[in-house]
Amino acid sequence: MEQKPAQHLVPSKTFVLVWMALLALTALTITAAYLHLGALSMVVNLLIASTKAGLVLWFFMHLKYENRFFQALFLIPIATVTIIIGLTFFDIWYR
Amino acid sequence: MVELAHIEHRDYTGAKLGMWLFLFTEILLFSGMFLLYSIYRTVHTEDFHEAAGEMSVVLGAVNTVILLTSSMTMVLSISAIKRGERVRSMIYQAATVVFGAAFLVNKFFEWREHILRGFYPNSSELLAMSHGKILYFGLYYVMTGIHGVHVLIGAGLICLTFFQTRKGVVSASDYIKLENTGLFWHLVDVIWIYLFPLFYLIT
Repeated sequence: MEQKPAQHLVPSKTFVLVWMALLALTALTITAAYLHLGALSMVVNLLIASTKAGLVLWFFMHLKYENRFFQALFLIPIATVTIIIGLTFFDIWYR
Repeated sequence: MVELAHIEHRDYTGAKLGMWLFLFTEILLFSGMFLLYSIYRTVHTEDFHEAAGEMSVVLGAVNTVILLTSSMTMVLSISAIKRGERVRSMIYQAATVVFGAAFLVNKFFEWREHILRGFYPNSSELLAMSHGKILYFGLYYVMTGIHGVHVLIGAGLICLTFFQTRKGVVSASDYIKLENTGLFWHLVDVIWIYLFPLFYLIT
């Protein structure tokens, strides 16, 4: 395999912008919680959280700059967790 | 003739792959707890909403901002070492540890208040409550507790890379230890990103 790590010099500005986006999304999720959206609030909260998690994974954890192998690999735990949670809820809902 | 003894064999991709596989097991560890949370919340929706009223949104939000900022300083320390800026990388690493410590101090005051008010596992106040509230506080302590242990371990690892950077073990030509530590730190951040809305923002 590679002797020397591949150099990906990302400008610091990118990371600062991602950080600002993360703070903005945090403010948004708190605002959404006080809007009393009812059943929808759970969906909104999880969507915002997943967007934030995606930003951290894509930029801070360098997935954007990795090769396709690492990007594809990450789909395995996501698929596993989705299947486990999905199947469990089919049981809970139709019990 | 090439002196083979002086050739250091490094497997950068392999080291990173190993770290990612470990992180997958961490994701599954926390997913099990998130699954429990979502089942009990579906069954005891009202109790969960009432129990979450005991949480301080301000403390939770402050801790979210602290962890997000620490993630940025962590990634900037890796950028700095790649550019060969050793001192700058060390400053960013130290800042990350300080943010991690600040997170734990906040967490201490948060837990302290709940415990002083009688909400701790097996307390008579808690056992007198409804089933759903007992489950909420049980999950709250276990999930934020295990997350807190991860913050502690992450901060310890960054202390280690700080000294390795000072000694030159972590350098512009070999920074995988710092990068893998960073991956761990960011995953801890990702888990908190989900914990915050699920425990603080469901009133």
